[in-house]
Amino acid sequence: MDTQQQQQQSSIQGAKVLMVGAGGIGCELLKTLALSGFQDIHIGAKVLMVGAGGIGCELLKTLALSGFQDIHIIDMDTIEVSNLNRQFLFRRSHVGQSKAKVARDAVLRFRPHINIRSYHANVKNPEFDVDFFKQFDVVLNGLDNLDARRHVNRLCLAADVPLVESGTTGFLGQVTVHVKGKTECYECQTKPAPKTYPVCTITSTPTKFVHCIVWAKDLLFAKLFGDKNQDNDLNVRANNAASSSKETEDVFERAEDEDIDQYGRKIYDHVFGYNIEAALSNEETWKNRRRPRPIYSKEVLPESMSQQNGSTQNCSATDDDSTVSAMPLLGLKNPQELWGLTQNSLVFIEALKLFFAKRKKEIGHLTFDKDDQLAVEFVTAAANIRAESFGIPLHSLFEAKGIAGNIVHAVATTNAIVAGLIVIEAIKVLKKDADKYRMTYCLEHPSRKMLLMPVEPFEPNPACYVCSKTPLVLEINTQKSKLRDLVDKIVTAKLGMNLPLIMHGASLLYEVGDDLDDIMVANYNANLEKSLSELPSPVINGSILTVEDLQQELSCKINVKHREEFDEEKEPEGMVLSGWTQSPATNGESASTSNDENEKAVDVTESSSGPEMASKKRRLSETQPENDKKETENVESDDDELMEIENPVMVSKKKKRVE
Amino acid sequence: LTKSHILVSGIKGTVAEFCKNIVLAGVGSVTLMDDSLVNEEALNANFLIPPDENAYRGKTVAEICCDSLKDFNPMVLVSVEKGDLSARSTEFFEKFDVVVIGYGSLATKKAVNEKCRKLSKRVAFYTVDCRDSCGEIFVDLQDYKYTKKKLEEKVECELNFPSYQEAVSVPWKPIPRRTAKLYFAMRVIEVFEENEGRKHGQCSLLDLPTVLEIKKKLCEANTVSESHVPDSLLERLITGTIEFPPACAIVGGILAQEVIKAVSGKGEPLKNFFYYDAQDGKGVMENISNSFTS
Repeated sequence: MDTQQQQQQSSIQGAKVLMVGAGGIGCELLKTLALSGFQDIHIGAKVLMVGAGGIGCELLKTLALSGFQDIHIIDMDTIEVSNLNRQFLFRRSHVGQSKAKVARDAVLRFRPHINIRSYHANVKNPEFDVDFFKQFDVVLNGLDNLDARRHVNRLCLAADVPLVESGTTGFLGQVTVHVKGKTECYECQTKPAPKTYPVCTITSTPTKFVHCIVWAKDLLFAKLFGDKNQDNDLNVRANNAASSSKETEDVFERAEDEDIDQYGRKIYDHVFGYNIEAALSNEETWKNRRRPRPIYSKEVLPESMSQQNGSTQNCSATDDDSTVSAMPLLGLKNPQELWGLTQNSLVFIEALKLFFAKRKKEIGHLTFDKDDQLAVEFVTAAANIRAESFGIPLHSLFEAKGIAGNIVHAVATTNAIVAGLIVIEAIKVLKKDADKYRMTYCLEHPSRKMLLMPVEPFEPNPACYVCSKTPLVLEINTQKSKLRDLVDKIVTAKLGMNLPLIMHGASLLYEVGDDLDDIMVANYNANLEKSLSELPSPVINGSILTVEDLQQELSCKINVKHREEFDEEKEPEGMVLSGWTQSPATNGESASTSNDENEKAVDVTESSSGPEMASKKRRLSETQPENDKKETENVESDDDELMEIENPVMVSKKKKRVE
Repeated sequence: LTKSHILVSGIKGTVAEFCKNIVLAGVGSVTLMDDSLVNEEALNANFLIPPDENAYRGKTVAEICCDSLKDFNPMVLVSVEKGDLSARSTEFFEKFDVVVIGYGSLATKKAVNEKCRKLSKRVAFYTVDCRDSCGEIFVDLQDYKYTKKKLEEKVECELNFPSYQEAVSVPWKPIPRRTAKLYFAMRVIEVFEENEGRKHGQCSLLDLPTVLEIKKKLCEANTVSESHVPDSLLERLITGTIEFPPACAIVGGILAQEVIKAVSGKGEPLKNFFYYDAQDGKGVMENISNSFTS
């Protein structure tokens, strides 16, 4: 302990303190550091932030306030209206600008003398290679997708730079520390693919039904029935295409005695017809995507609905507001039935009419509630029509309700808390205070009194194919499966490689890169279409493939085993990749290592408890990491506001076990 | 939420974070009270104050923060109230749904809490105090009914909160051993600042002997051993008078979550203390009331 302390002391004394500005703030800062034990080690540190969204804004602010002087920040996104209620460094006037740049400018306003460098780019770009990462003392992630996180993890390992990872989902949050050789890397434990939806996917390029639900619920429903003063991305898109913004503002406003049916059709035509046509006019967007088709009410619905199926005035006057429903009026009884475009359109118009006819008082204050039958009907119909437009399979009311109810919204305060936790870990990392590194979980409900729960990090997983060198096993039908399948399903999706290279022995089967000549490219393209056993260097049972990504400096060996049959339901991809086991800490597989790790976890969380608690402690900490990890496995990301919790019932059950 | 009126008194780093959070969330109005003038110290963890001397010269902290906060969400009414919080009448507090006292003195906290409790309207009462890299939040929601989600259903619950007076006067002996030491340490500091007429953070290492004396007396009065309150913790709290920005973000975030929950009546509230210490990384809830003695 003594030598360690001595080492720390000398590293602090020897540290070059770079202070820019010795005026008001400078003096105060120096006093602050001296008084409260802020070690000045972190002032000279060079920090890389990846992500300038929900977590990023809070993090940049806290880093700056904490005395960091040299911060670089990468983010490829531009600011959208829906970001403004959380990402407090941005204003309306910034919509459309680079997040990284605006965040930088905003923070410089209250800390003008620090150095912040912003990059409006994708962190996966080749310019951010290992040498780029090597210049930093620590990397802090505030990302919203698994892909980018894995990529950054690999680069940090290759550059041997510590990484502090984080994620939030609603009220849940977590911060984890990853130091090569000392702790698990980000990929030592397999993460389930989380479901997050970037805002532009919702507003412009949906590919799944859930994207349509989110659009119908959070944009259209909110726009028509929710708080009028709330900003809404539905507006912004329309404005982009409209010739006069006043025109589009008025579309959603209903005039005093405007016929409800007409109003409904007007809205229908605007969002499913006009907006789609406007989106189509941007060629770039649709280069590699399926073009949506505009749908207009007149093609789908009969001339006037009021004559068709009994107007809403025929509704009994004693109808309870809460049981008002469009389905019975249209003869639709079964919520599990799949409606076609016409039926969905009828429900859309009818539900809209019912809101205005029967629940007028609530309009302007409504929020979607999955127990509100009429709201669910409206959202289902709207989502289905949009799905039809984009060629996405339609869903029944029952299914739509389930999806709509599972969506969790980002909570701004969780981001602020997580940002604080990140900075605390970053400072520990810079001080090389290895004993103090913690994974910190931010819980919604206290677990053993704790809302913020620190746990010691686990040791690296010796079977992790990313940070150790374990070979993998691939079971595949080498005669039927093509190289393309291997590349798409295994190399890109499962292994998360960005610019892969596949070799069989000395033979290069496939690679991606800018510097390839035409002959090579043609050769690789030809290889993609061949089955594995037909390749120039045949890949058969027992072959060993080497798969690499030079940018990530990751190399994997894959042992190929031929298998004839695959279960269509359980193994729909027609191939199975295995070989890396779960970290022993969660499985309890290896008795000795797991006990050691459990001991450590126990020390941290129950430091002041007496010996009588020993047996209980062990059990708790055994279940704890698994539960926390399962619970927080969903805590992958926040930023793009909307996240689906995999299985909410499971999560709450597990929480109970921990308590 | 959009109709709620929040009164905030005492603005330093943590409270600045709190204000940012509730303004972004979209409360109805925020009334700021802090007549201290902007000085070098205020600039430290408070990102609401631009470091431009020309801009802040002569203005109070509340005034500057008001301007910055308005920027975050134009829908929220942010205003300034001048004067001494403890001098206000009971009726003054009726205008608000939530009262938050930052870094207040023992006398002020007690007095305001009492006034809030006298009103027929239920006013949620919070205190927050951050020193060094620690923080304390106190919550008093009186008799509080709320709904929470249990599996797929919504359940109605009720909780009974003790007043500030009661919560800080609880005898120490029956309080469980594993209770956060910060509770006791903060009570010692509270008494010290009250006795010496100091404001939050107006102390230094030189005061340690006095503080330890007070600790000794309190421990004796409560018939607990002196090890009940670690000296090292007290030393940290009186020397680390400047707030630690990451701790401000964390405590300010938790406080905002609590206020938002209380205003909407949804979700289980924190009862009744929250403690954070960056040194061990734990953020704990402690339920401290006279029920220990019964």
